[in-house]
Parts: sequence; structure tokens; C-alpha cells
Amino acid sequence: MNFESIINLAYVIAATLFVFGIKMLGSAETARRGNLISGLGMLIAVVVTLLNKGMSYQWIVAGLILGALIGGLSARLVKMTSMPELVALFNGFGGLASLLVAWAELEKIRSVGWQSYSMEMGTPSYFSSFVIYLAMLIGGITFTGSLYAYGKLSGKVSGQAQVFSGQKAVNALMLIAILAVGVVFTWSGDLDIANKLFITGVVLALVFGIMGVMPIGGGDMPVVISLLNSCSGLAASAAGFVIANNVLIVAGCLVGASGLILTAIMCKAMNRTLGNVLFSGFGAASQSEGDGDDREPKAVSVQDAYYVLEAAGSVVFIPGYGMAVAQAQHVVKELAELLEDNGAEVNFAIHPVAGRMPGHMNVLLAEADVSYDQLVEMDNINPVMPTVDVAVVIGANDVVNPAAAQDESSPIYGMPIIEAHNAKTVFILKRGQGKGFSGLVNKLFVMDNARMIYGDAKATISALVNELKG
Amino acid sequence: MDLVLLFFIFVLAAFLGLELISKVPSQLHTPLMSGSNAISGITIVGALVATGSNETGSVGMVLGFLALVFATINVVGGYLVTDRMLQMFKKKDK
Repeated sequence: MNFESIINLAYVIAATLFVFGIKMLGSAETARRGNLISGLGMLIAVVVTLLNKGMSYQWIVAGLILGALIGGLSARLVKMTSMPELVALFNGFGGLASLLVAWAELEKIRSVGWQSYSMEMGTPSYFSSFVIYLAMLIGGITFTGSLYAYGKLSGKVSGQAQVFSGQKAVNALMLIAILAVGVVFTWSGDLDIANKLFITGVVLALVFGIMGVMPIGGGDMPVVISLLNSCSGLAASAAGFVIANNVLIVAGCLVGASGLILTAIMCKAMNRTLGNVLFSGFGAASQSEGDGDDREPKAVSVQDAYYVLEAAGSVVFIPGYGMAVAQAQHVVKELAELLEDNGAEVNFAIHPVAGRMPGHMNVLLAEADVSYDQLVEMDNINPVMPTVDVAVVIGANDVVNPAAAQDESSPIYGMPIIEAHNAKTVFILKRGQGKGFSGLVNKLFVMDNARMIYGDAKATISALVNELKG
Repeated sequence: MDLVLLFFIFVLAAFLGLELISKVPSQLHTPLMSGSNAISGITIVGALVATGSNETGSVGMVLGFLALVFATINVVGGYLVTDRMLQMFKKKDK
């Protein structure tokens, strides 16, 4: 067996470990081990690559140390609540790396010439050009798209959907330009022209990534984040075609496919198609005022809420993005514990798209040390909701809007919701009388069993905690 | 390497990836995403080759070096963040 096959064999082992790793990440008991196993696969892939003949190591060592320092420190130091944006940022870096790998390969072709390059790779020049352009394109879109998503998640740019007239036309034109440049790039044999076209393509891809995420509003972010995650995998896979490397193709494609599954789960949780999420500019357009139901929401004081909670035998918390904004997870946990000591059964109902990324609420509550068997999924909580004494909605809106189940004219009709309105009493913690992300009137707020508690969620819950401590 | 073989591998991996995860509990959505995101940092292998080989020319080497730094951030940061997250998801003894 020669040296080359040993390296390829090691790549097969690495790919197998990735498969097991992803599989194990899908279940709570094995997730942590799964992550370690896929990390081991990555280590093997890196080490055997370093064993390749004719490698010069000084820049490699410098790059590895620099990257590991930045990545390691930011992973250790960042606050748990900033996790969503950090994941988006890492995702973007992966895309950028794939773009740069494709670009470096083009430079290699430029320095050795097409003839000897094609000979070495055993692939026709148009194929190499095609996959170089593809890896650059997906990587570039992933990079700026993720950066923009990072900005939206961290509040550095407005989380609202940004829509302007003619946006679709501009995007369509850009897409045509990207394809046209790609076609010419693929078929032109001249390397100087190819270089100019490539750089044009890079600019177009980077701008297109921003344009693509721009019309997508905050509540739809879970879909976009998981789609970008899928894209970074596809970019790596395309880079694998560029350098004809199996492990890149397999690992990248696995990530691409599993990211698509997650995207589909997110879309299903909103009862919308991917196309609708990406292109509709949902939440930006002004919505109608509903069916003229002019009942006013009834407010209640913290004191009165305390009496109800104190007497409750079962309480369900329904957190949403508002809890993340108010950083209220720790006081919520404290309140939950006090209620349990008081004899109540306490659960947390988690909607799949609550928050700004898939599983956002779970991360926050886990950070506050809430045991995960208290976190109940939507499908399991709804059947028992009528037996619940008090449902406490913390900064959630659309995911508890009964219009999604009852009002066929509602834009969110058909979206599965947590049926908080079926609980005996519903408290809604809300900053003000504003509307949710979708801009819709929430009928839950005016229902007879619903009471609003206005104010900052964290302050409200702290006040309740103090009352309970008495 | 044979082109058709590469496509063959790609298609099989796609189906494997689609079958691998069917029903994920929502608490694992974030770790799954960040864990698979770390795997997409596999492009680090391409970056290593680009940085280490002497054929790419000086521009190519700079590009490779940058790719290596970003891919390493993706890989190291991705795995550590995922592990930190999963560490929090534990059953509490009451």
C-alpha cells in the first residue's frame, strides 16, 4: 500500500466519524459524545493532510495557531446569550474559507498553466473552472449572508425586514449577472480574463449574500440561519470538487443535507415554504387590523398576578424572543423554583421557532440551569393545556396567536402554535402595546382569560419573585 | 481522480445526510447546527494544501493562509462552542 492510499484511508475513517457524529448529535443522550467523535474525525483529517509530501510548514503552523487562538478564545469567552450570533459568525468564516480555497486554486492554475494543471488533476479545464466558480459563489454568499445575519442577531443592524421598491428586480438582475459571469468564466480559456471575471464574481457573490438576507425579518431568522448553515456545507463540498478531495465532498455534503433537514423543520414550524420565507419580505408590509375586534386588552398588576400564581397547581412558561432581549432567563428559573416549592407543577413550553435561531430558547434556559426534562415541546404541551392553571407568556407573540388556528384570513393561518389561550388563565408579559414581529393583532391579548402585565419582563418577574418570597 | 466517482460519492453523501437526521428534539437544534457547522470547517483541509504546497505562487499562498486562519476559527471555535452548549444540557438531580 502506498502513502497516498494510507492518506485516503484515513480520510474514509474521518468521514465515517463525521457520519456517526452527526447521527449522535440528533439525540440528547449521545449529543456530547457525538460532537467529540466528529472532532476526532476532523483532527484525523487535519493530521493526515499535514503528512502530505512536499508541504512547507511555517505558514501552516502560524495559521493554525492564529485561528485556534481566535476561535478558542471567542468560544470560551462569549456569553451564552450571544451564542446565536457567534454561531452565525463561525458559519460565515467557513464560507469565506471555501471561497479563499477556490481562489487560491485559481492562482495555482495561473502559475502552472492550464495544461499541466489539467494533466495533474485529470479533469477538463471547464470542469475545474466550473467548480472553482461554484465554491466561490456559495462560499461568498454564505460569508456575507452570515455576517449580515450576525449583525441582525446582535442588534448591530435593524432586525426588521428591509424592503425597497424594485428589490426583487435588482436581485434577479444580480442573479443573472452572476450566472452570466460564471458561464463566461467557465468557458474562457484565457487566464487573465478568467482572473478579472473571477474577481467580478467575488464582488457579486458578496453583495448578493447581503441582498438575500436583507428582506428577511427577525422572526424568520431561524430558517435563514439553518439555510446558511446548509450552504456553508455545500461550499465546502464544492471546494472538495475543486481540489478533488473525498473527505471535503462527503463532509460538506453531509452538512449541506442535514442543514436542509433543519431548514425544513423550521419552515414546517411556521407553516411556510422556503420560497415564501426568502422572498416575501414578511413582516415589513403593513398588515390589516384584523376583523375589527375592538376589545381592549386587560392589564393586571404584579400583586394580583401573584395571588393567582400562588394558588396555581400547574404553571407553564412560554418564552419568546422577548425573554432573550430582557435577559430574563435567570429570574424565570428562580420564579419556577419558588412555584415548585409552593407545590405547583412547572413546565416550559418551547415553540420550535421561538427566538432568533433554531433552539434559541433551549440554550437560554439551559444556561439558567433549567433541567431539560422540564422543557416540553409544542406537540406535547397542547393536549394538556386545558388543564393548566396559569400560562405565562414571556415576550412571545406570534407563536401563541390563536388567529393562526382560527382565522383563515390571517397571514399566519396554519402555523402551529402553543395553545396558551386554552389555559385557565394566561398572563402575558410584554414591554408595551406594540405588535409582534409579523405586525399582527394578537387575539389572545383580548381574550377573557388573558391578562397583560406591561413592563420589562425581567423587572416584572423579579417583582413576582419578591412577592413569592414574601 | 475520476469525475464520475466524485459525483457518485457526492450523491451518496447527500442521501446519507438526508436520512441521518429525521426527528431532532428542538433542544438540540442549536447544538446540531453549530456542531455540523464545525464539520463544514473541513474546508481546512483544502486550506492546508493551498498554504503548504509550493505551486500556488505568492498570491495563492496568502489566500491559502487566510483560508487556513478562517477555517481554523470555524473548526476550533465551532467544536468548543458546541461542547460548551451541550455541557449545559444535562438532567438535574432533584
